[in-house]
Amino acid sequence: MAAQIFSAILVILIGVGGCIAYFWGANKLVDLIFPSRGVSGQAAIDNLRRQGLIRPWLFIGPALILLTVYLIYPVISTVITSFQDKSGHGFVGLANYQWALGDGQFRNSIFNNLLWLLVVPAACTFLGLVIAVLTDKIWWGTIAKSLIFLPLAISFVGASVIWKFIYEYRGEGQVQIGALNAIVQWLGGDPEVWISMPFWNNFFLMVILIWIQTGFAMVILSSALRGIPEETIEAAVIDGANPFQIFWKIMIPQIWGTIIVVWTTITILVLKVFDIVLTMTNGQWNSQVLANLMFDWMFRGGGDFGKGATIAVIIMIAVLPIMIWNIRQANREGL
Amino acid sequence: MAQASGKSAGRSSLGTWGVHIAALLFVVVWTIPTLGILVTSLRDKDQIVGSGWWASFFSSTQVQQARLAGPDKQIEKDGKFVIEGSVFETPGSRQVAAFGARAQEPTKFQVGTTADLGDGETLQVNADGSYVQSSTKKFEGSRGQRVYFSSTVPPRFTTENYGNVLTSEGVGRSFLNSLTVTIPATIIPIMIAAFAAYALAWMRFPGRALLIAVIIGLLVVPLQMALIPLLEIYNGVGNLFGVPSKTYLGIWLAHTGFGLPFAIYLLRSYIAGLPREIMESARIDGASDFEIFMKIVLPLSFPVLASFAIFQFLWVWNDLLVAMVFLGAGSNELVLTGKLNALLGSRGGDWDILTTSAFITIILPLVVFFSLQRYFVRGLLAGSVKGG
Repeated sequence: MAAQIFSAILVILIGVGGCIAYFWGANKLVDLIFPSRGVSGQAAIDNLRRQGLIRPWLFIGPALILLTVYLIYPVISTVITSFQDKSGHGFVGLANYQWALGDGQFRNSIFNNLLWLLVVPAACTFLGLVIAVLTDKIWWGTIAKSLIFLPLAISFVGASVIWKFIYEYRGEGQVQIGALNAIVQWLGGDPEVWISMPFWNNFFLMVILIWIQTGFAMVILSSALRGIPEETIEAAVIDGANPFQIFWKIMIPQIWGTIIVVWTTITILVLKVFDIVLTMTNGQWNSQVLANLMFDWMFRGGGDFGKGATIAVIIMIAVLPIMIWNIRQANREGL
Repeated sequence: MAQASGKSAGRSSLGTWGVHIAALLFVVVWTIPTLGILVTSLRDKDQIVGSGWWASFFSSTQVQQARLAGPDKQIEKDGKFVIEGSVFETPGSRQVAAFGARAQEPTKFQVGTTADLGDGETLQVNADGSYVQSSTKKFEGSRGQRVYFSSTVPPRFTTENYGNVLTSEGVGRSFLNSLTVTIPATIIPIMIAAFAAYALAWMRFPGRALLIAVIIGLLVVPLQMALIPLLEIYNGVGNLFGVPSKTYLGIWLAHTGFGLPFAIYLLRSYIAGLPREIMESARIDGASDFEIFMKIVLPLSFPVLASFAIFQFLWVWNDLLVAMVFLGAGSNELVLTGKLNALLGSRGGDWDILTTSAFITIILPLVVFFSLQRYFVRGLLAGSVKGG
């Protein structure tokens, strides 16, 4: 244990020290090889130009290497692996994709993922907007926001335990210690095993992600709402608009861009959702989603890398339109 | 005119109340789940299964039976035969509410009253459990009388669960493992990303625009796309050098790699917004890019560096996927999220262990989050409003 602490501290020192040493050393080296001081005018200009060519790559080099090894190469490699067999070597053409189309679990995952995509981003954005509007008007709004924002700091696994406790089921006649069943019983209903009800269990799992992500939507939308020029609202009030008209016709159009950003960000998150399903049901009772199915195939029976990669590629294809839109948007802003 | 404004004022005060109530409702719904596991983790193990956590603040009532002391304990007093004692084995922990002498009517008599049991026999049970049984005739037989009573159990809170979970369940060790993973994986990317961000913001070189586009693209690449090839690389490297393929070094680098696109994106947009005049005047004074970066850019960028550090900390601490793929499941490597996942499997219904472990898992992020919320929100706004 002491060795572990020691090695962690050592790594921090080596890592940070190594970074500083690299950047400082590489920088010094360029100055030595292409000196710009103490040489004749033309040579100094030439060397300065050479320095200007090399130095950006020294600064960006470590990041570029890490990005290549950990993201760019794997993305390309995964696409190739999706055309390969179990071990990830023999070429099998489109067999994995054909398998996916015919596989019941895969279809179920696609269906559930679509359900998640329909419900979660919409619910988070809507609730976030409502809460942002409400809390902007009251004196204790900051505290309210902090508390609603709080689940964002909680891990998906932690949140799963929290909500599993709420969904806890105990047989009829026993004291219900799960809040949901206690409420249902108090209202005169029968307790249910919520997370094993096919189809509906998806929604009980979605609640967890909505609970976590609403705070994110709220913070971003609240800041956008505050950015709306006061005059536009005053003008509408003078023209006799009622609060609903002001909200829908004056405020919403002005924060539309932000709403789309929030929506797409949560959409990407939903496509990657894994921990919640793994810990709550592990895909049982028809609650499987792509990310968990992919993880499953990665290790199932020693691992089927071809099928796992295929599922990853399908998640990637779903993300692709958002990725292209983001890049175009960034180009338009003149990066 | 005056009428109209009066009406609107009335409506708006009603509306204000509605806003307060609606906001309160949201806050309650969002807070109660977390409160539930916090309260449960502090409850007595037996009480957790006995009642819902919301009932834990109130005394619970239960009906019990006890046997009074036998006839051998009787003493003669004022011409009566009296047996005294307490219905509790350890007096003081509970309060008697009512008592009775028959199983059919276990709470027939109010506490403190003298019950007439007939045949010249009386029984009085007090709130603290002490009783006086008296009779005009001598008690006979070998065993004492059976009594029934309802008692209220006061709320009992304890930190026992925490001690148990941290030591014997191994959650304490996992906490340390999580720290071992998180701290280097938070600090290392900052330096690397800051240099890259500066180059992308303030240095001119061919391919710069393409690189920025690639990084914005990588922002949204699902982690799932990276897992299988990296697992192959790690296994390959492990076999080649005869070392374990799942190591702390491996996961530090993986988290660094995965965190870089966001780090560079966030830092670049902030550093690009620093005032141009400061850079230019430093350059005219003969400062190199390296000096400008170290002496001007880095200190000025502190807020955004803090923002990123909080993001990366929360992301790494809360991660389960990367830890499950790149780190082993042994007790010296299992992180908190992995531990909690394992406990969900092995200790399914033991809510004393699960809620306590869950709270230990979320406590550090909550502390970081509350103390540094300002930076977190700032980073959130900078990181998402412009790009996605």
